Amino acid sequence: MADTILKVEGINVYYGNIHAIKDVSFEVKEGEIVTLIGANGAGKSTVLKTISGMLRSKTGSIEFMGSSLMRMAPNNIVKNGIAHVPEGRRVFAHLTVEENLEMGAYTQPRSGIRDDMEQVFSRFERLRERRRQIAGTLSGGEQQMLAMGRGLMSRPKLMMLDEPSMGLAPILVDQIFEIIKELNDNGTTILLVEQNAQMALSIADRGYVLETGYITMSGTGEELASSDDIRKAYLGA
Amino acid sequence: MNEYKRISPSKRFLINIVLVIIFIVVGTLLTGGDSLSRASRALILQIGIYVILAVSLNIATGYLGQLPLGHAGFMAVGAYSAALFWKATLNMPTPVSIVLGLIIAGLIAAVFGIIIGIPALRLKGDYLAIITLGFGEIIRIAIINLSGITGGTPGLLNVPKYSSFLVVFLCVAATIAAIHFIMHSRHGRAILSIRENEIAADSCGVNLTYYKVLAFAMSAFFAGIAGALYAGFQGSLFPKSFDFMASINILVMVVLGGMGSMLGSVIAATVLTALPLVLQALAAYRMVIYSILLIIVMIFKPSGLLGRYDFSLPGLIEKWMNRKNKPGKEVANE
Ligand SMILES: Nc1ncnc2c1ncn2[C@@H]1O[C@H](COP(=O)(O)OP(=O)(O)O)[C@@H](O)[C@H]1O
Ligand SMILES: [Mg+2]
Repeated sequence: MADTILKVEGINVYYGNIHAIKDVSFEVKEGEIVTLIGANGAGKSTVLKTISGMLRSKTGSIEFMGSSLMRMAPNNIVKNGIAHVPEGRRVFAHLTVEENLEMGAYTQPRSGIRDDMEQVFSRFERLRERRRQIAGTLSGGEQQMLAMGRGLMSRPKLMMLDEPSMGLAPILVDQIFEIIKELNDNGTTILLVEQNAQMALSIADRGYVLETGYITMSGTGEELASSDDIRKAYLGA
Repeated sequence: MNEYKRISPSKRFLINIVLVIIFIVVGTLLTGGDSLSRASRALILQIGIYVILAVSLNIATGYLGQLPLGHAGFMAVGAYSAALFWKATLNMPTPVSIVLGLIIAGLIAAVFGIIIGIPALRLKGDYLAIITLGFGEIIRIAIINLSGITGGTPGLLNVPKYSSFLVVFLCVAATIAAIHFIMHSRHGRAILSIRENEIAADSCGVNLTYYKVLAFAMSAFFAGIAGALYAGFQGSLFPKSFDFMASINILVMVVLGGMGSMLGSVIAATVLTALPLVLQALAAYRMVIYSILLIIVMIFKPSGLLGRYDFSLPGLIEKWMNRKNKPGKEVANE
């Protein structure tokens, strides 16, 4: 049995009076791809933001490789090995591809940056061709690759991806999921948030279903993909 | 593709130092003799002071991407701090008193910058503009009411006139150099990344709190120094010199020059300071001219005259050294 790398227990997150996350608990084991699926507004992004320290939970605990993240500053959470690739392809639009990647290595010693960038380029050849291009002029798919590449530059143990397939053409979605699998094969643990439940469950070891702030179901990727409730609600069957 | 020839950082530094020395020597000779009228000498000093004010506001506005409206407040804090310090230390050796006064002015203003920077963490856009506007007014009213110390409305008089060409332009050079170095360091990158995309910066591990407050503190520090120079230039201080319009004046310079461009701020500060003084007839219409200029720039070049372009002589020399290469697609500036 692999070790648990991330353990979230009984978190409650509020936006003012809005109770967005209700008693959510789940865990991610080393080397897994775990997916969090749910409709728009279910609270998926909120969970990721709470793990990366942008939002705080009022209760419960979040443990990552033995240390508590409940009070850790976001920059230290990145240093500890969690990369968060936020929803909506947040690239630095006026910086070049290379400069975006350098920002990803912001918490890392300068000495390793060249090698790490080379690795990112070997995974995303398209970014290599466009290394001097201003990020805002990249296509949607390229920007998503850049956002993921930037996340990799911090040498994460756990990579959290928030809807990487959003708004992409089907062929690009396939590519992105291919890359996620590759990253995982090379040892990066993945926490994947998706509305595209079918794709997410097809590559995930395990999954959790989030509905209006509650986790309502969990199981292996296969179990969830074949569950009648899931098929009705998310797979359009 | 040909390798782009570069000048080493140490040579770049040397070129800039030589430039500054030439400028200051020529300036000191010019303003020391009788070759310039009193009015032009005063104008040159005023330009220097406004250049510092504009490039310091540019840190918060251009680089961090916020819109503070109380820059004159920081200037006032620096001006009164330095003036009171200088008045109290008349028997100290003058150069020591000048330097200490400038540093104290900058530091006290920076403390106020931190106090204002902390709410700035939670507020954005219009809200931040209003809070800083309020801050500027509070400072001005506090100066009026603390008349025992500050002289109140009748003014603080007999401030030693320490702001010679040498003092002012050493400060200008030091300010520009310091801001240049900081903005080209890892810390500068962090500040720019917040302007570019706050959420992405956060996810890269940039400490948002720290860098926002740092940017505000730096912005205030240099405004405080400009205030000190202003005190040593005028020889007397009145609260009404630091009102809302003074803040707007500085903001107009930054916006016209191009937010995020230091050269833009320098040029705009120079032109806008010189215009009303050179063309006396226009002085009464200053605000009208500002408004028209702003409208024209906003229509034709919303990013300001120079956008985010920044000038460096070594950079130009590099371009000249590489002139035989085909102009590639590479753009050297952000
Ligand atoms: N900044 C915010 N302020 C107030 N409510 C928010 C904010 N962000 C999200 N919410 C609410 O919290 C709930 C969960 O949102 P979110 O985590 O973004 O969902 P998902 O990522 O699953 O689409 C939604 O009801 C949403 O309206
Ligand atoms: Mg979301």
